[in-house]
Amino acid sequence: MKSFVKGGAAALAIIAASQVGADEDANLIINGETEITVRADAPEHLDNVSTIYSGWVFRSDETQALQMDDFDNPGMIFVDQGRDSWVLAEGSEGKSCADCHNEPESLANVRPTYPKWNDETEEVRTIAMQINGCRTEQMGAEPWKYDSTSMLNMEALLSSVARGQVMNVAIDGPAQSMWEQGKELYYTRTGQLDLSCANCHEDNYGNYIRADHLSQGQTNGFPVYRLKNAKLNGVHSRFKGCVRDTRAETYAVGSEEFIALELYVASRGNGLSVEGPAVRN
Amino acid sequence: MAENVKPRVRVPREAAAGDTITIKTLISHNMESGQRKDSDGNPIPRSIINRFTCTFNGETVLDVMMEPAISTNPFFEFDAVVPESGTFEFTWYDDDGDVYTETKDITVS
Repeated sequence: MKSFVKGGAAALAIIAASQVGADEDANLIINGETEITVRADAPEHLDNVSTIYSGWVFRSDETQALQMDDFDNPGMIFVDQGRDSWVLAEGSEGKSCADCHNEPESLANVRPTYPKWNDETEEVRTIAMQINGCRTEQMGAEPWKYDSTSMLNMEALLSSVARGQVMNVAIDGPAQSMWEQGKELYYTRTGQLDLSCANCHEDNYGNYIRADHLSQGQTNGFPVYRLKNAKLNGVHSRFKGCVRDTRAETYAVGSEEFIALELYVASRGNGLSVEGPAVRN
Repeated sequence: MAENVKPRVRVPREAAAGDTITIKTLISHNMESGQRKDSDGNPIPRSIINRFTCTFNGETVLDVMMEPAISTNPFFEFDAVVPESGTFEFTWYDDDGDVYTETKDITVS
């Protein structure tokens, strides 16, 4: 049954959920070969949640099916475009990604471990920052704008080659202070509605928010193809949408606050498989 | 030419005579409806794929007229009966006059 539905609203939510036809017990296998872990024991640092679920679990049968086959997954169009720019030489050095990294598959260990502490620059870097680091330092090219189409295409490519790998971002060592900052943000209420991330995604996942199921807000499927805007969406843009919905002034995409939050939220999903580009509402 | 247009087709390589097979097609395309305005308030000209056809050994299987309400990256999935080995040809017609084609062979045993 709907094991994640909790508390007094459970009975109501179960009746309502069956109308949507969501199958929360379903397992995700992509292209009939890549098994995806969509539910797992929560990582140790999580106090209030015992099982973590991919956002895929909360979607309707039709939306779930879109992600089971690469031909049906509209996000794969952008992976193809990412592949095109992978081999495109740009900048003063006349190099492309492929010149250093060969095939994108060689970077399959990147997506599960980011955001990650970078020793040289002494900062926590998201994949987007690392890509731009490559572009400006190795290629002599213009950096891409955060969450721009080109950036998301490349992130989708790196995510697609890592599908099935287990999310495992490091939260100790030098990254710890950033992680603490992210945790602080996660539990801080914002806006006229006075909501924190936790109010929806920890206290009420599985319950309805208007006509839709709340997920746990996991980031393992990002960048996600959203049916509402028919394009890829980045983590920070999604955060921004959430904070805006609490009727607060939002942090900027690419800001230190969102990088910290991305690190923290990613660590809440340690144990789930990378599944981006995922398909969501 | 519209940007980033790329046709994709999935047809089984083999089938038995008289089999019904499932064909999936997808073309990445903006499908600009012509009813939107840009940030300066000027209308963005319509640019859509207006027709999609599928033929098998020259015989029409499917011929679809498409209208501006169809969303971006149009996806078609349909069934077809294959009587013999041959070639499926898929054609998309763009408003700007471009024609995109893709062919797939199928062996019937």
